[in-house]
Amino acid sequence: MIIKTKKDIAASEITDPLVFKGRRQIIKAMVATMLAGTGVLPALANNNNPVWPDLPKGYVSTDALMPTPAEVIKNYTNYYEFSFNKKDATRLAQSLPTDPWSVEISGEVENPGIYYLEDILRQQTLQEYIYRFRCVEAWSMVVPWVGFSLGSLLKMVNPLSTANFVKFTAVYQPKIMPKQLENAMLEWPYVEGLRIDEAMHPLTILAVGMYGDILPKQNGAPLRLVVPWKYGFKSIKAIVKIELTKRPPITTWNKFAPNDYGFYSNVNPAVAHPRWSQNSERQLGSSFFTPRRQTELFNGYGKEVASLYSNMDLRHFF
Amino acid sequence: MNYRFNNLWSLTIVACLIPLLWLLLDIAFDNLGSNPIQALHIRLGDWSLRFLWLTLAITPIQTITKWRGMTDYRQMLGLYAFFYATLHLLAYLLLDQDLVWPIIGIDIIESPYIWFGVTAYIIIFSLALTSPKWTKKRMGKTWKKLHRFIYIAAVAAIIHYYWQLKGNLAEPLFYLIMVFLLLGFRVAAWFKTRQFNKMMIPTGQRVLVVSVPIKQLVMSEIIREQQGDNTERIDESQTLI
Repeated sequence: MIIKTKKDIAASEITDPLVFKGRRQIIKAMVATMLAGTGVLPALANNNNPVWPDLPKGYVSTDALMPTPAEVIKNYTNYYEFSFNKKDATRLAQSLPTDPWSVEISGEVENPGIYYLEDILRQQTLQEYIYRFRCVEAWSMVVPWVGFSLGSLLKMVNPLSTANFVKFTAVYQPKIMPKQLENAMLEWPYVEGLRIDEAMHPLTILAVGMYGDILPKQNGAPLRLVVPWKYGFKSIKAIVKIELTKRPPITTWNKFAPNDYGFYSNVNPAVAHPRWSQNSERQLGSSFFTPRRQTELFNGYGKEVASLYSNMDLRHFF
Repeated sequence: MNYRFNNLWSLTIVACLIPLLWLLLDIAFDNLGSNPIQALHIRLGDWSLRFLWLTLAITPIQTITKWRGMTDYRQMLGLYAFFYATLHLLAYLLLDQDLVWPIIGIDIIESPYIWFGVTAYIIIFSLALTSPKWTKKRMGKTWKKLHRFIYIAAVAAIIHYYWQLKGNLAEPLFYLIMVFLLLGFRVAAWFKTRQFNKMMIPTGQRVLVVSVPIKQLVMSEIIREQQGDNTERIDESQTLI
């Protein structure tokens, strides 16, 4: 299965093949010298041929956060369109065609339109963003994403002053996604949303890769949102539409269980899920007899984002 | 228990340890996936729940097959349910929480799904404590009443399982159906006995009994069971009328 996957994800999906081929040779040489020289990046330890081997680090991203091994990240992901079971979701997600991919940007913007992912990537600067990813299921991992700032994409299309929210819609492919076909549990397609200031925040990115390589399909290829101070389900996968709206969008989990999953869903150890505590988290990759990690407000990004919510009661707007 | 340690008996004891062995092998070969602690924890809980409803299945099987001597197996399976539940609890405290009590405390207080797990465990624990034959003899009828709590434990354990899930509800639903089927079997058996008891009552009073609302009948049935004596039973239902 995995071997087949490798074939499916042609690198040409994202980068112009010519550019890619040339780049790859340079990369190989660079990797060789790097491995010989400085300490081996965890990213490179996991893949011999990454597409983007040494991107500059993004906002607040440092090596101080030790990334979770790639194999762990690749095999532990919720993708309810495919299955409610993480293992099956990973397997089934491999059949999602991600090439070519286009994103419709519409709503309260000056330049609405359908944009090819390739074209978007040509205009955006890719960086490596090492973020802690905290799931509402009380586990976390550290992911070295490859992506670009959502704010910079939005600036490209010029939001109008009436754009107060950003609505994201994921791909709807019932023939490939069994749970969409069965109309199971959630309302499909998956929808997520941010307030415009959250969307424009430099920490908020759209990811196209991780560990210097193309994003695995189960992790949201080819384009996903990453909002590190919010619970993982806000970080919608396989985005096909970005809409700027006047009114707050109705988001999938919030609609399914409004008392369990708020619109904001900022990581907050003081606000428990109605059925389980959010006070601590299991760090994936840690061994037996390791205590759980004390969850931090805004997932540890309070210094950067707390000002967005300065006048809000976080218990009410959970 | 006399020397009836036959082959089936020892085979069952060993078979019930297979899930544990299998788990240990998975630990040894690093086969538990990206979140091994949770995987192990959930597996132990699953097995506890499976043994719990297997235990519940013994009496109906005994009734249907009229095969005597299954009580010992019921006790053994029940103790295995307790065994896996204990490992499940220890995995939570030691492997997952590393005995950091302040975090454990907050986790328990803030997680209603854990309350149901604790309820189930307390019940199973007291059932395991009172499982030896001599306790059963000493406790008499109280023993039976106490051990009926296993149904509450089973339902609490299923809620405990169900409430920590976000999505996949197939398995807890299956367990819930199993437990309700088994419970339904008991209720059906109980109603059957009730019919039988009614036939024992002289015809003159039978009309009266039939006109009693269901709830009162149920209450009278409970009282009957507590008293046991046939003549008293009839008196009791009359007073209720």
